[in-house]
Amino acid sequence: MTVLEAREVVSGYGEVEILHGVSIKVEEGEIVTIIGPNGAGKSTLLKTVFGLLPCKRGKVFFGGEDVTGKSPQVMARKGMCYVPQSDNVFPSLTVQENLEMGAFIRRDDYRPKIEEVLALFPDVLERRYTRAGKLSGGQRQMLALARALMLEPSILLLDEPSASLAPNMVELVFSKILDINRSGVAIVMVEQNARESLKLSHRGYILAMGQNRLEGTGESLLDNEEMGKAYLGG
Amino acid sequence: MKAERLLTPLSFLAITAAVIIMPAERSGWNFDSVISFLTAFATTVAIFAVITLGLNVQWGYTGVFNFGIAGFFMVGAYTAAVFTKSPAESEFVRYIGGFGDSLAFLPFLDSGQWLPFVFGSVAAALMAGALAFALSIPTLRLRADYLAISTIGIAELLRAVVLEERGLVNSARGLIGIPRPFHDFFEPDDYKFVYFGIAVLVLIVVFVAVERGIRSPWGRVLRALREDELTTAASGKNVFGFKMQGFIFGAMIMGIGGSIYAYERGSVSPDTFTPFFATFIFWVMLMVGGSGNNRGAILGAYIVWGIWTISLQLQGYDMPEFVRSRIFFVRDLLIGSLIVIVLLLRPAGLIPEERKVSLFIGRDTGPRPRGPTAEPQPPDEPPPD
Amino acid sequence: MVQAIVQILITTFVEPLTKALRNARERYPALFDILGAAAIWLIFAALVLWAITSEAQLVVIGIIVGSILALGAIGLTLIYGIMKFANFAHGDTMMLGAYVAFFVLTGTVARTAREDTELPWSIGSLPGALEPIGKLTFGYGLIIGTLVAAVVIALFLVALNHLVYRPLRKRGSSIVVFAVTSLGLAMVTRALMLIIWGPDPRVYVSGIHIADKYDLGFTTITLKADQIFMFAVAIVLTVLVYFLLFRTKLGKAMRAVTDNPDLARVSGIDTEQVFTWTWVIGGALVAVAGVLLALQTQLNPILGFVLLLPLFASTILGGIGSPQGALAGAMIIGISQEVSVGIDLSIGGLEILPLAPAYKFSVAVVIMIFTLLVRPQGLFGAKA
Repeated sequence: MTVLEAREVVSGYGEVEILHGVSIKVEEGEIVTIIGPNGAGKSTLLKTVFGLLPCKRGKVFFGGEDVTGKSPQVMARKGMCYVPQSDNVFPSLTVQENLEMGAFIRRDDYRPKIEEVLALFPDVLERRYTRAGKLSGGQRQMLALARALMLEPSILLLDEPSASLAPNMVELVFSKILDINRSGVAIVMVEQNARESLKLSHRGYILAMGQNRLEGTGESLLDNEEMGKAYLGG
Repeated sequence: MKAERLLTPLSFLAITAAVIIMPAERSGWNFDSVISFLTAFATTVAIFAVITLGLNVQWGYTGVFNFGIAGFFMVGAYTAAVFTKSPAESEFVRYIGGFGDSLAFLPFLDSGQWLPFVFGSVAAALMAGALAFALSIPTLRLRADYLAISTIGIAELLRAVVLEERGLVNSARGLIGIPRPFHDFFEPDDYKFVYFGIAVLVLIVVFVAVERGIRSPWGRVLRALREDELTTAASGKNVFGFKMQGFIFGAMIMGIGGSIYAYERGSVSPDTFTPFFATFIFWVMLMVGGSGNNRGAILGAYIVWGIWTISLQLQGYDMPEFVRSRIFFVRDLLIGSLIVIVLLLRPAGLIPEERKVSLFIGRDTGPRPRGPTAEPQPPDEPPPD
Repeated sequence: MVQAIVQILITTFVEPLTKALRNARERYPALFDILGAAAIWLIFAALVLWAITSEAQLVVIGIIVGSILALGAIGLTLIYGIMKFANFAHGDTMMLGAYVAFFVLTGTVARTAREDTELPWSIGSLPGALEPIGKLTFGYGLIIGTLVAAVVIALFLVALNHLVYRPLRKRGSSIVVFAVTSLGLAMVTRALMLIIWGPDPRVYVSGIHIADKYDLGFTTITLKADQIFMFAVAIVLTVLVYFLLFRTKLGKAMRAVTDNPDLARVSGIDTEQVFTWTWVIGGALVAVAGVLLALQTQLNPILGFVLLLPLFASTILGGIGSPQGALAGAMIIGISQEVSVGIDLSIGGLEILPLAPAYKFSVAVVIMIFTLLVRPQGLFGAKA
């Protein structure tokens, strides 16, 4: 079943149009990676899907329902969570409080969920009562993922989760993403680190100049010659 | 859209009609008294327009958020006063300076009639500029809102100095008997027209200076850094230096405005230079007229001072005692509401900024999409990937 | 020509200085950070230590004034931190709170410039409402008045938020537009006070109030019961705000919005709702602060703007968005102000203190600018 579908989405910042009709589809339980050169509109696509940028034309469907132009709050309530690339934790709040903010719109008792989520990220668990501003880059990224899981989303949108992390941290973050996916959460991520991310993805999309360029399974894109030349560095 | 375009001429006509008809009706359509009322009104508009132009240089063109106009205005007015007055003699009236007599040495146009005033205005400009220079070192690098709070604080601090240091400028009692340029040449009844001419002349000189400055390469840098400091810095411009120059240039104009204010009134008192009057009203004038536009600044001074004057004229009409006894406060209420309404409904002001790049390229047609204050700033989002 | 002169002045005097300072700051950021805070604390500690030995009374009054300022500054810092703009109407709103309480208590408005009209009924006409409680000068009438004022001011600010600030936010206006708008609203607020209650100063309870003597061992101080009450109220409310911010969901959301409004929105936090509650809390606090201030001094429409500088100084000194910083900042400002105008100090025959009373609020300005120079993020603020 299709969880998320963007159909011919046109969007941008103010007058500037970045996406000229991009379509993607995410099936249940999939990891989908979006790659492409700088300026291709990868992050713009995530922001538009999540309702942070207005969708000028085209449609966004979530769980079969038309959610075009809905606000981020509504999307979060419907089970879609988004992790920005940078500034994705509240630095003056403790780790625990960050997670509580992740569960802000939940009306039920979310305390068990905090324990459950923290169990996934042992190094963050250790620093539970530390202010998030004091965490290392990798720990922050973990906390950002943990925060997004608080709403038990059916799909996670990740904007460059490996950006500006040390290589060993990148590996750890990707393995956590895989764990999250195995628990049944579909994942859409934008990545610069194309090779590593495609390896763990079910499918991938390549955007260029605000349009779909290629799509296929993770392996097929890794094997694709054109792809290899253009985006994987040979 | 059509109604929008009519707003500026209509508000101009409405204010003009009111400032003519109201005093005329009160005086029983006495021509002389209407003319003398209008002259006084127009003189004050010209003086305040000078100060608003100074603010326009600072905010409209340079993007320096000065909330301490009162300080520069006051320094200008007092400097001009102590320059043109004779030295203090009585022990009850004490002030520094008093160069009026010693400056009246030039044997031209009957000594003492003009030189002290020119000196006074130049000194006022220099003092206000020096103040701006001194202030810019600690404050100009600050974020806009910190700069505003600091400047409002410093203006109040200066006012405290004026009030407290008795030997400086006669503290709370202020200075009276400030000589007025060419006063002895004319009949007292005619003098107001002469002074009106002087004020308009100063306004024209300042207007031309600002217009030329702003269209020079220097002015283009100022506006570039108002829009985007980072890019301007990246193109090799010394942002701090240019900002400081814009700030000082604006402050000097405010100082000149203060000097012609002092000559017009013949007296200065610290009560005038409160933040509510001497800072806020110029912001209202600039915002109403349209910041980043010199003609807008002058129109704003006209409209706002018109409203100010009209609301006092209302006293002559039948109205409940409750309102009559509070007419000053009602006026404050009007001016305060006016700026809020303008910023809500017409943020670019009556004459929005035009995109004028250079004297040589000419003008783009149509108003700029966004003014300096006014219209939406670009969304605070990272650039697209 | 002017341009050339300025250019020369800048290159010879300003640039070497600022460049050296900036280089040093860039090379040793942590050192400068600590030095800035240490300088502020040390200067202040020296001032207090020296003042408390010679004039403990002034330090105590400074603490009272500081605790009143703190209530206003906490509201200001929350608004500043959460909505990211300097609210220049805060001082006048504070005074308006004092007047609303006055109106509820006495039912008095000005009829003409010099004459008052009293409503037939007010809280003050309840039996015993004006009867002093214990050693205090006022009865329960004023306490009811204060509570009503807190509610009225909170609603007033929420209304302004909906009518003025929210449309400006929707348009994405800059902080400058917000600042000028709030200055306009300050003028409107002051004009309303002048229209309704007239320009003459008023007091809640007239007459001479007797102060009690307290022996501190090394010195004695005198304090009125009212002043102890002010301090107690300020402390209780500060503790409540602290509890709200660190223990409740709303408070944590407020801190989250202070940190990062965009991420708060992404997390599903309704920021507009947080803004509304911020106005409610800030308004209630500032109304109470206004009543306490009027008890300590007087009701006077022009005091509102005068208060603005110490309020902003406390906020900036403490660090914008930090309520504990606002408390510390307000105490420092309050004590420094009182001490500076009341204690003699001469160094090497040069008389430095006391300052003339007109300079009282200039002390706040000087501290504020010093803070912005040595530690722009304030004592408790997050690093910019």
